[in-house]
Amino acid sequence: MEKQNIPLNELKVGQCGTVSQLLSDTSMRRRLQDMGLIEGTKVECVQKSPSGDPIAFLIRGAVIALRSEDSSSVLMSLS
Amino acid sequence: MGWKRRRKSKHKQCEERDIDKESGKIIALAGNPNVGKSTVFNALTGLNQHTGNWTGKTVDSAYGICDFHGENYIMVDLPGTYSLMAHSAEEEVARNFICFRHPDATIVVCDATCLERNLNLVLQTIELTKRVVVCVNLLDEAKKKQICVDLEKLSKELGVPVIGTTARSKKGLDDLLATVEALARDPEPNALKIKYIPPIEEAVSMVEPHLTEKLGKEWNCRWIAIRLLEGNTSMIEDLNRYIGYDVQQDHVLADILEEAKKYLNRCDITEDNIKDKIVACLVITAEGICANVVSYNKVNCHSKDRKIDKYLTNRWTGIPIMIALLALIFWITISGANYPSQILSEGLFWVQDRLTDFFMWMHAPEWLHGALVLGVYRVLAWVISVMLPPMAIFFPLFTLLEDFGYLPRVAFNLDHYFKKANTCGKQALTMCMGFGCNAAGVVGCRIIDSPRERMIAMLTNNFVPCNGRFPTMISIISMFFVGNIATGFTGSLLSTLMLTGVIILGVILTFAMSKLLSKTVLKGVPSSFTLELPPYRRPQIGKVIVRSLLDRTIFVLGRAAVVAAPAGLIIWILANITAGDATLLAHCASFLDPFGKLFGLDGTILFAFILGFPANEIVIPIMIMTYMSTGTLTEISDLTVLRELLVANNWTWITALCVIVFSLVHWPCSTTCLSIRKETKSWKWTAVGFLLPTVTGFGLCFIIATFARMFGWLA
Repeated sequence: MEKQNIPLNELKVGQCGTVSQLLSDTSMRRRLQDMGLIEGTKVECVQKSPSGDPIAFLIRGAVIALRSEDSSSVLMSLS
Repeated sequence: MGWKRRRKSKHKQCEERDIDKESGKIIALAGNPNVGKSTVFNALTGLNQHTGNWTGKTVDSAYGICDFHGENYIMVDLPGTYSLMAHSAEEEVARNFICFRHPDATIVVCDATCLERNLNLVLQTIELTKRVVVCVNLLDEAKKKQICVDLEKLSKELGVPVIGTTARSKKGLDDLLATVEALARDPEPNALKIKYIPPIEEAVSMVEPHLTEKLGKEWNCRWIAIRLLEGNTSMIEDLNRYIGYDVQQDHVLADILEEAKKYLNRCDITEDNIKDKIVACLVITAEGICANVVSYNKVNCHSKDRKIDKYLTNRWTGIPIMIALLALIFWITISGANYPSQILSEGLFWVQDRLTDFFMWMHAPEWLHGALVLGVYRVLAWVISVMLPPMAIFFPLFTLLEDFGYLPRVAFNLDHYFKKANTCGKQALTMCMGFGCNAAGVVGCRIIDSPRERMIAMLTNNFVPCNGRFPTMISIISMFFVGNIATGFTGSLLSTLMLTGVIILGVILTFAMSKLLSKTVLKGVPSSFTLELPPYRRPQIGKVIVRSLLDRTIFVLGRAAVVAAPAGLIIWILANITAGDATLLAHCASFLDPFGKLFGLDGTILFAFILGFPANEIVIPIMIMTYMSTGTLTEISDLTVLRELLVANNWTWITALCVIVFSLVHWPCSTTCLSIRKETKSWKWTAVGFLLPTVTGFGLCFIIATFARMFGWLA
């Protein structure tokens, strides 16, 4: 079953998903896009920091740490 | 090898006119952060620009000269960026250089282990200039992870030459230069033309002809047209600045743009989503190319990195390991520096005696001997024997951590706390740079995107002690807080713990001051941030040691010596010119004395810190000189003797504590002040950067002294 629209920051470590929508419309959106994060991109949650925020994600072969308030505006569909 | 390297200025800010002075072909080096771009640059030019395994190390563009087959190539190291869309200062620098300076070739350095993301920048660069050489670096790491890149196919797909390199071991660099040589001479290659979705292509074709007519063929009008269509405001300013084309005055263009935008609107492309569509086209093109040229032979090629991360950034072990690593470095530094320090000091003071003999034999006048030997030489000897051993141990160790890729993890671990102080985790990286040199830390703050957070990071960088202050702290800790000062395991362990405590105090103060600044003069909410955690790399131990010794240790020591020598002379003069019944030095010290006493210090200490403004390294030597000019001691052979001298001048452990705290928190050195001025372009902020730690330091010392008085520990 496919779950829709889980915010990226709610992914558990080791969980994968596909970006369904970018909600942020600030410079963050551009930066995520520069990292190759667009609709349809596969993302894996790889590591949480000691305080649980930021969280590191595997995006197109690179590990990128994002803060929850930023990653919460990325909606994911889980497979 | 057919190429020679020539050394040019170090860490030079790349001013356009500097490059103009050189003759030769201009070659730009672009690339994502942390792909070994600086390693390629160093290998090509021999310019020893420091590279670390963390995002955004190149904060300044540097350039170097490289001779290949008798031709001069000026290599310009552009800041590492993910894109050329000019969202940040670095991106703007990189974009403007490629766009408006027309380099004869642009090398885009890519990480073979993460090619897909890197291709985004390659495609944007190809869009901007056809004279591109793609350098796929880190092939060794890709091989280890069993990632295979078909370079030939990649070259065919992109339509530009592609060279595989392992810059750390200098593999493939000859090929790279040969390719650059061929490219700089030949006409433009038939590079891939990135195709956008039909409506955008249509709109571009409406705007481009007018631009070509206005600007001529030499500018990339297709690219400018796309930027204008997406409403890129910085582009409009830059067009005016670099080619004197004021878009806003061109009414014909305005009409055409209006028309094109209306057309786009009819195709459901608005100003809001046009950028998305453009980026998506690039990303999808990169994805397609990658699918054709990269093959993974291992399912989970990053598993080793994840395992290490699990320990180093874990909820329970992340921060303890971080503090333990810091403490371990200090412990090795302290326990390792003691002995060489002593030998050095004995050796250098033996030389002083020989120098004295020589002056006597020459029948040189007493004042000459005093000024040169007791003044200049003695302070120099002190600075060297106190500073060199800790630095020669600390720097290589720290560089090892840096090379390994640990520092971004520190930022990752600490970001939460920085966020609470309304700043960002990248400040941790600039603080790490501050351990080396606060001036470098201040300049390093450019890696922080938000101007507000960058300002906070610059103003608070001084709360992290630089290597110039470490030796002061270490020697005072060993003298006053560790019973058996000479050697012993417990002794060095205690010193380590105390020093770590002092550093943690500095870090806490950094958080507190950052918070204070963001609640008062620099109000704002923490901005969004992205931090790349690069793969761990096995540090090249031999190279690290050589590089950090030559690069940092000698450099910092040299700078300290340059300041120490004249300071030694001045102090000797101050100590030997008498006005009335005492020397000038004694006058100054006694004038400051009541003030110093208020803060648990004394006039001499305060005066030493004031004279130490050019370099913190000379604070202790100045104190010794001042105390000795009034005392009877003639030679300081080791810390025990020094301790006796200080105690004879009424030092107690409270004084020592206050000196340590004051050493941690007082005005930044002159170089750091100048760096703040240069970076902020404002004397006002420089004043804040000066006053913030100064007031804090005096405040803390005052509190300590007052408490001590309450308990009767201080007279």
